[in-house]
Amino acid sequence: MLDADFFRRWMTATATSMNREAERLTALDSAIGDADHGSNMQRGFSAVRAALEEEAPDTPGAVLTLAGRRLISTVGGASGPLYGTLLRRAGKAFGDAAEVSEKQLAEALRAGVDGVMALGGAAPGDKTMIDALVPAVDALGDGFAAARAAAEEGAVATTPLQARKGRASYLGERSIGHQDPGATSSALLIAGLAEAATGASGE
Amino acid sequence: MSDDKFVGIVLVSHSAEVAASVGALAKGLAGGAEAVLVAPAGGTEDGGLGTSAELISAAAASVDRGVGVALIADLGSAVLTVKALLAEEGELPDGARLVDAPFLEGAVAAVVTAATGADLDTVEAAAVEAYGYRKV
Repeated sequence: MLDADFFRRWMTATATSMNREAERLTALDSAIGDADHGSNMQRGFSAVRAALEEEAPDTPGAVLTLAGRRLISTVGGASGPLYGTLLRRAGKAFGDAAEVSEKQLAEALRAGVDGVMALGGAAPGDKTMIDALVPAVDALGDGFAAARAAAEEGAVATTPLQARKGRASYLGERSIGHQDPGATSSALLIAGLAEAATGASGE
Repeated sequence: MSDDKFVGIVLVSHSAEVAASVGALAKGLAGGAEAVLVAPAGGTEDGGLGTSAELISAAAASVDRGVGVALIADLGSAVLTVKALLAEEGELPDGARLVDAPFLEGAVAAVVTAATGADLDTVEAAAVEAYGYRKV
């Protein structure tokens, strides 16, 4: 079972990797976006980490809804409401449960991803974060490591696609050949999940 | 008396200058629309280009007179942030609504219409109709 501490570790691990990878995300975004994805994600997840330390929510649902709220408030770009919706929707699916199963996590993330698709109007293959998140959620039944690998493969697989959503879609065929920054940051989020799980088993 | 109960207008742009300027232009073109409350919510809280949920919430609260608030947004994250706030209870006033309209033309239509004392449905319809004004 996964408790609030597991979800705090997830968010903290993600904040660390967003800091570490900010320049790479921004470099990817400079090719097909407005070159702010790394700094936006870094700012957003740093704010999440600070909020979790300050408020210390004590259920998985509360951790994710607080994180989602902070992302919407602080990211400043489209990733804010999209990642915020993902985490808030997942958090709401948990209700007030003190612990959730891995199966419940998979179902909650599925609900979150559905929320992101509804908000942004993107489908798999549009060269967005959805292309990392959907395979990750599909693979979650096989464990966190499988989800991490699926997300990373999904992110890499956006490279030959033509963007159909967001600013990159204005580039048309010129968006082909560049890995999508949103799918890349989504892979970092799922990698954080795997890191949180490793921390749990290592204790 | 309910003379002062006009629909409020919030202009959500990636740029503080764009939101403020479009608001000023709309009020100027509306003439006699001083009583309509128009609040810009442009850029990030630190003045950069982007969208701020906090600025949007504050702007909506500042123009809410209990008869509805029409939010008009420019692009991408501005639209998505308003939608995300609408999906959450308590972030925007009751009767707040994202209006599907071109930013500048929709703002002018909304402010002019709101100044007549029209309700939110009518303000929305006028703003949406602005998409239909062909220039060529």
